[in-house]
Amino acid sequence: MQNICFYFQIHQPLQLKRYRFFEIGQDHYYYDDFQTEDKMRLLVEQSYLTANRTISEMIRSSNGKFKCAFSISGTALEQLEQYAPELIDSFKELAQTGSVEFLGETYAHSLSSVYDANEFESQIKLHSEKIKSLFGQKPVTFRNSELIYSDEIGEIVSKAGFKTVLIDEAKHILGWKSPNFVYQHAYNNKLKLLVRNHKLSDDIAFRFSHQNWSDFPLTAEKFIGWLTGMPENDNIVNLWMSYESFGLYQPAYTGIFEFLKALPYHAMEQKMNFVTPSEASKKLESAGTLSSPYPISWAGHEKDLSPWIGNDLQQEALNKLYAVGERVRLCQDKALQHDWLMLQATDHFRYMSHKDAVGTHYDNAYEAFMNYMNVLADFLERVDSQYPTSIENEELNELLKTITNQDKEIEKLQHEISKLKARKTKKTEA
Amino acid sequence: MKALMFGWEFPPHILGGLGTASYGLTKGMALQPDMQITFVIPKPHGDEDQSFLKIVGACNVPVVWKENDWQHINHRIGHLMHPDEYYWLRNGIKYDFSRIHTNDLGCIDFSGRYPDNLLEEISNYEAVASVLAHQMEFDIIHSHDWLTYPAGVFAKQISGKPLVIHVHATDFDRSRGQVNPTVYSIEKRGMDMADHIMTVSDLTRKIVIEKYHQDPRKVTTVHNAVEPLPDANSFTKTPRRDKVVTFLGRITMQKGPEYFVEAAHRVLQKTKGVRFVMAGSGDMMQAMIDLAAKRGIADRFHFTGFLKGRQVHEMLAESDVYIMPSVSEPFGISPLEAMQVGTPSIISKQSGCAEILTHAIKTDYWDIDAMADAIYAIVKNPAMYNSLRELGREEVNNIKWYDAGLKVRAIYDSAM
Repeated sequence: MQNICFYFQIHQPLQLKRYRFFEIGQDHYYYDDFQTEDKMRLLVEQSYLTANRTISEMIRSSNGKFKCAFSISGTALEQLEQYAPELIDSFKELAQTGSVEFLGETYAHSLSSVYDANEFESQIKLHSEKIKSLFGQKPVTFRNSELIYSDEIGEIVSKAGFKTVLIDEAKHILGWKSPNFVYQHAYNNKLKLLVRNHKLSDDIAFRFSHQNWSDFPLTAEKFIGWLTGMPENDNIVNLWMSYESFGLYQPAYTGIFEFLKALPYHAMEQKMNFVTPSEASKKLESAGTLSSPYPISWAGHEKDLSPWIGNDLQQEALNKLYAVGERVRLCQDKALQHDWLMLQATDHFRYMSHKDAVGTHYDNAYEAFMNYMNVLADFLERVDSQYPTSIENEELNELLKTITNQDKEIEKLQHEISKLKARKTKKTEA
Repeated sequence: MKALMFGWEFPPHILGGLGTASYGLTKGMALQPDMQITFVIPKPHGDEDQSFLKIVGACNVPVVWKENDWQHINHRIGHLMHPDEYYWLRNGIKYDFSRIHTNDLGCIDFSGRYPDNLLEEISNYEAVASVLAHQMEFDIIHSHDWLTYPAGVFAKQISGKPLVIHVHATDFDRSRGQVNPTVYSIEKRGMDMADHIMTVSDLTRKIVIEKYHQDPRKVTTVHNAVEPLPDANSFTKTPRRDKVVTFLGRITMQKGPEYFVEAAHRVLQKTKGVRFVMAGSGDMMQAMIDLAAKRGIADRFHFTGFLKGRQVHEMLAESDVYIMPSVSEPFGISPLEAMQVGTPSIISKQSGCAEILTHAIKTDYWDIDAMADAIYAIVKNPAMYNSLRELGREEVNNIKWYDAGLKVRAIYDSAM
């Protein structure tokens, strides 16, 4: 084992407020800011700040040898800017150390990769711009929301300029293959794939403080010992987890931060390196292709999309939402476009799952669905008032094409005018 | 295992949920091979289903020794009980109950309903219990609801067999807190004397523990179930332009009818394509008609009066939404019946059945906004309606009396 690759994820949705049907058409503000702020502050104070401090110390004390990556959704960045600017500053400092990579993802932490390819592309772009403006890096590694990946998604991502995609260890994709290698896209050899080491990641993120876990207590020495015990030619272990694993799932008193701090020391003793995903894919040769004709995610044992699109309620909501994608992208209204992004967060759909509604604040799936659909109904009315549904999509496209073409036409004509003018002045000069 | 059960109602002649629950439970328990149930009710009609248990009519049990010849007895009660059994039971008379008014057979006339002299009937039922306790063989006594607690207690005192009581409701549910002290004392005494108490929901369990000061270790919840509806598919839904939202039950304070009217008003402010039906009768019906008129929604608010038998399921099946905004409902079987015929249900969180249902909408009974929202969502959103319909039906079909019976059996075993 030579390389350890850490990446941490931060995403929080804007919580929707209780929105009754009689507010449809009356109230266009959908969010429970109090809840959202409360949640974010809790995360920042209990987890993110301490974790950032720890990581920055680790980078300093290892002379920049400790490296890791962050994936922060646009939605989360907006919230951090608003509620915890000190954390943004702390991330900027981390960015300056050169040991930290920021990954690209969909701005809204959305399911657009599955439902709306155009939206997917535009959100990737939006997110890249946001990262660039905040941290001065252009993301070259892509991590889709919920690690959703398929060959098709890989293709789009590659076209968008990314070199590497992170995926989860799905048994039906990997088969007998080990996650501890770098792989590549099924038919596009420019795109490298990194695979999360499911067991070792969860050992830290979930099992660390479980007293009835057979490997409790987990120390850095023991953990690195496991890595040294791995087959010689395994060349990378990918430890990817939610950032709140540090401090929230594993509270500070469990010693998780000390564990983290001790890792570089023991790793370097064993001559292991820390790499960022982009370095890993540059440095390491691909061990083969991985093909995923159907989307996989990082959820449950099945690693499929059923927690978000598994039941009728979820599909109804998603279909209604993405049916207007094309129209919303034509709209100029800033507020509308922002709401469009916020309503796409995967969390809203997860809450509608009957069995698997992780993190929900609703009593049950139906309540989540009712509330979301009320909000969506108002949103759709607003979209409708911009471009009435009485006009067919195609007709609208035609009209808009004429409008956009008009711009080009005008440009062309203006160009011609200036040319003629120039010619005229030349003539008069002559 | 021989169980002697005291009940008050048994289908087909029932007045409330107690009879339905008694029937379902005993039928479910009878599936256990070694279970023998004798079910005592005040007044059988002779058309009860006795295929899985033995029904004893308290009105045919002699409590005062009278000499009668076989022919006469056969003529009088032969359709309900074999005359030999009458003679046999007569040997169980050990006390002098001649103060009680009896007929020519030495039996008490019970109404089997809820008459004004209910307390008298309850104490007469006790007399019958003494005869049965002396004469019959049984391992355990099981009393259904407060009317039969005294009978159960007396039978326990005589036979020394353990007593379990089944709390289908308490007076706190029926009265919205204005408890009748006599009823309370009967309930309290029954619970104090019982070896174990079964409640139909955690909600009721809490009341029993907190208001009747019972030891929590002695109180166990056994949720009700629902009898499978063999002809569920014969109830159809006529396609109609307007959606139908139905309230079905006694129109009394306990059932929260006024919240339904207010929710209807809320919904109709936003949309017109919905009609509301209040089926049933009760002391608040006039007031509800007034309220609907006052809110100006009488054109879309309909009253059907009392429905019974097949009409109930027909009404439920014709509805798009069933709503039960009960202020306090120990269990509440009707949402389960609605879900059996594929009608989505909205129930109050103050209903016991909310504890076991996932595919139903639950709101607080006073939260008319939430209720209106749920109605709106179901009638406007086919995905919501279909999900609740299909998953709800599946869920309800898996709530079986057999399982409830096993829980009761475990309690029997532990009490003995």
